[in-house]
Amino acid sequence: MSRFSQFGNDLYTGKRSIDVVGRRGLWYVVSAVLIAVSLLGLFARGLNFGIEFSGGTELRVLGVTQMDDYETRAREVVDSAVSGETTEVTRIGDDTVRVQTGEMSATEAEQLRSDLSAEFDVPVESVTSSLVGPSWGQSVTQRALVALGVFLLLVTVVLTLYFRTWKMAVAALVALVHDVLFTVGVYALLGIEVSPASVIGFLTILGYSIYDTIVVFDKVRENTERALDTHERTYAEAANLAVNQTFVRSINTSVVALLPVLVILVVGVTLIGPGTLVDLAWALAIGIAVGTFSSIFIATPLLVHLREGEPGIKKHDATVSRRRARGASRAERRAAARADLVTEPEPEVETGSEAEAGAAAAAAAEQTSRVLTSSQPASSPGAAPAVPGRPLHPYAQRGPRNQPRRKRRS
Amino acid sequence: MSTSVPGRLEEDLPGSGAGTSRRVPRPAAGRKRRGGGRRNPRMRGPIRTLTALLVLTIALFAGVGAAHLWGTPKGSLTPQLGLDLAGGRQVVLAPRTEAGQSVSPEQLDQAIDIIRRRVDSTGTSEAEVSRLGSNVSVAIPGNPTPAQLEALSRSSQMVFRPVLVATPVLPAGSDPLTPRELPLPSEQLKEQVEQLSPPTTVESDGSGDSGSSGSGDDAQQTDENRGGERLPTSSQDQAATTATTDDASQTTEAPAPPATNPSDLTQITSEIQQQFMEADCAANATEIADAAAAAPADQPLVVCSSEGDEKYILGPVELSGSNLEDATAGIQQLSQGVVSGIWEVVLTFDDEGSKAFAATTSRLMGYQPGAAQNRFAMVLDGEVISAPTVNNVISNGIATISGNFTPETAQTLADQLKFGALPLSFEVQTSEQISPTLGGEQLRWGLIAGLIGMVLVFAFMLVQYHALGLVAIGSLLVAALLTYGAVTLLGWATNFRLTMAGVTGLIVAIGVTADSFIVYFERVRDEVRAGRPLRYAVDTGWDRARRTIIISDVVNLIAAAVLYALSESGVKAFAFTLGLTTVLDLVIVIMFTHPLVSILANTSFFGEGRKWSGMEPERLGAKRSTYLGRGQFREPDVVAPGRRRHTREELEGGVV
Repeated sequence: MSRFSQFGNDLYTGKRSIDVVGRRGLWYVVSAVLIAVSLLGLFARGLNFGIEFSGGTELRVLGVTQMDDYETRAREVVDSAVSGETTEVTRIGDDTVRVQTGEMSATEAEQLRSDLSAEFDVPVESVTSSLVGPSWGQSVTQRALVALGVFLLLVTVVLTLYFRTWKMAVAALVALVHDVLFTVGVYALLGIEVSPASVIGFLTILGYSIYDTIVVFDKVRENTERALDTHERTYAEAANLAVNQTFVRSINTSVVALLPVLVILVVGVTLIGPGTLVDLAWALAIGIAVGTFSSIFIATPLLVHLREGEPGIKKHDATVSRRRARGASRAERRAAARADLVTEPEPEVETGSEAEAGAAAAAAAEQTSRVLTSSQPASSPGAAPAVPGRPLHPYAQRGPRNQPRRKRRS
Repeated sequence: MSTSVPGRLEEDLPGSGAGTSRRVPRPAAGRKRRGGGRRNPRMRGPIRTLTALLVLTIALFAGVGAAHLWGTPKGSLTPQLGLDLAGGRQVVLAPRTEAGQSVSPEQLDQAIDIIRRRVDSTGTSEAEVSRLGSNVSVAIPGNPTPAQLEALSRSSQMVFRPVLVATPVLPAGSDPLTPRELPLPSEQLKEQVEQLSPPTTVESDGSGDSGSSGSGDDAQQTDENRGGERLPTSSQDQAATTATTDDASQTTEAPAPPATNPSDLTQITSEIQQQFMEADCAANATEIADAAAAAPADQPLVVCSSEGDEKYILGPVELSGSNLEDATAGIQQLSQGVVSGIWEVVLTFDDEGSKAFAATTSRLMGYQPGAAQNRFAMVLDGEVISAPTVNNVISNGIATISGNFTPETAQTLADQLKFGALPLSFEVQTSEQISPTLGGEQLRWGLIAGLIGMVLVFAFMLVQYHALGLVAIGSLLVAALLTYGAVTLLGWATNFRLTMAGVTGLIVAIGVTADSFIVYFERVRDEVRAGRPLRYAVDTGWDRARRTIIISDVVNLIAAAVLYALSESGVKAFAFTLGLTTVLDLVIVIMFTHPLVSILANTSFFGEGRKWSGMEPERLGAKRSTYLGRGQFREPDVVAPGRRRHTREELEGGVV
């Protein structure tokens, strides 16, 4: 924990930095592989659509005490009631038998219900039946897709207005599509049943993904706005710092969001068996994990990618690097001067205020030896500190007159 | 180092001038402010907000309590559970017009009304009929019989049939019929009619005479009298009545040949006769209606009135409801535009309907006023909703039904007629029997899982944020409380039912709600890292976190609203819970978490960043304070590697 908070501090100050933006090629490859795998799953294996999409009848016998040979027994009952249907019998949990078979009329289903209850020796009430028309799941999904389209459109507009650039909206949407596609791909690969509940799960992922991306982007916006103002960092560096600064938040949030979902998943798989709860938990667990990944490693690098081409940003980056170069050459000159200083005892000092100059001279004298030993700076508040590598305090050096105007920061 | 540029530096400090006096090393001032919490201007705002939240919470639960004590229907103290949790049968019906197209929204409303009446007539209480996209969803608690389910999905269409025989069903001691359905010669009425109107006297006599005659007579008599229609005098002689001793009497008119005249009594077979005798409109209304609704259009049938106070034998269908263009309720207008104050229902037929209706009315006019065959019945869903007598030949396609309507009954009849104009059939999309044990099981495990998840989240928050984690836990608990209250109240007010998808939405909401606190706390920490004293860090951190929280919640709200508006069933319930929890998230963060943290920041434990407060500057890599007073800053110890000197933030305590 202590290490974790230290990690957070380091990420915040930039002492430690995860090079998210710089190594974007790597992340792109990672997610390209993920997407390729999920597309492969989608096309090679296909989605395992639940009974809601294919249509049919599902019966569940609850509270079965005599589980022996349940499959053949159930199959016989179904075959005697309706013949010529492909029947699937599965066991759920300890005491539930699920029978899925083709479409039948309500009366037939009632008949089958009582037959099954007799066979498994349970009251009729604990046999549930559902008749599902094939259009049911499709109509739910169709409407969900329409809703998805409208939602994406609205979100694009809102984000474009809020961030004042459509590129953030585009990057967020790409991350979102990435997440949903990947989750659907995992569904296909693992053969998890797609029910209307999983469709709800996909929609939740979409909400979560966009939510997470916005939180990260809001920090990116804050940092880059400041960077553009002060010319301290390039756009890419500012974005990278933002991602690093929100890193701890991203981890904490995904842990907090994942904990309940994982508990549901574990409880659901072990104790409840297939149903709404488990379908949803699968979708959410995968989606939250990949949503957190994409908002950091896909959305932000993509945003930088998109924006770096802009003339304004290009100009800004050029300014930053020019300043850096100037700073570097100045430092070189200073280093050269320092080298001179070692040979030449008389330091080159601009006189600002007389007292300071005196102090500076003393400091500079001290400096000559310090450079060689590179000791710690003094920190007693009363005495003027001597900063290594510089003969004078900058204020004293520049003096009040030609002091450059600093830009006010917010 | 001692920099003596106080003017500029002070500007950089938050709350510059006052800031120094509030600093901790000045115990006198600090204690005074802390002691008089309410008088502290920094505390006033947060306390007011917290009070507002308290009032809101109390109002919410008072609402729940009031609904429970005085509400109609009585509110429950627990959330209403959906069918998948409470058990029952869920049927989704897709209404289709006869031509197979799907229906318009208005038609859908009518379809829902039809289904609702069917459900109500089967006597299942608490059944929920709701709109599901373009479908109708019916949720029936318990275990309905297949027959009940079959009845739900049969097609619905109103038809006009001529009345052959009508008999009031008289519950003991009650008055006979309403005047609009013209009195039939029941035993008591016949006497009145006898005295009042000479033309019917003969008829009544006839019925009286033949009161004991056998039911087999009618066929014989009608055969004899074929062709005698349109002449009331002649038909009176031939009028025959079959009557059962207790409840039935009927007048028969001489009909036209069977092939051409739907009012022909020869259509009544002994089977129908038998059926009619046995029909008990009070006891078996549903079965009779079911049978009638399933009856073929070209055969006579036995039906009851929708009020159950009269039963009929009706001839074959003469006109279908699709020929009815409109039905409106209004006040009768007399010739000079004088309003009579009598309510009536006006029917408008289309061209085909007008012709058919003109033919029907002119034939029916041939029967004596007051005779059963003078009437025509409007049958909807196996019940006669109205069976007026014909006073005129209506050839212009506009008919009025008048009687002693109240505005409400007139409107109801007009609506029913309009529904009936719509030939709808219902296709069962899904029919699902949900066991309460399964649902209860799922709910129980879902709640247990949610609870375990909550506890884990609490533990995580405590580990991450120490004492500040307690604030997060408190916020989550308040959020849970408000959610419970809101769901319960909505269950009463808008019949919102918690389904499995909804429960999952709530569990996911834990994550999203907790995220708001995390974003907030992390921003505050960032400010502390930048060197701000905690109480200012809270304010600036909040300003920044608020933007993020609001925009992300707004996007969530958009998602919820779009999904709610455009999708159906489970998705809708999920969207509703998502929207509800998002709104509550905003409420909690703005009205609970932030005020509480602001208040806590003014305590010495949090404000000074004591150990385990979760905001210790040392742990966050900042100095306790770099400002030493008198415009002097303490210098941070170590210059970050790769830098020549300390950054301005490090020296001055952050960026403002």
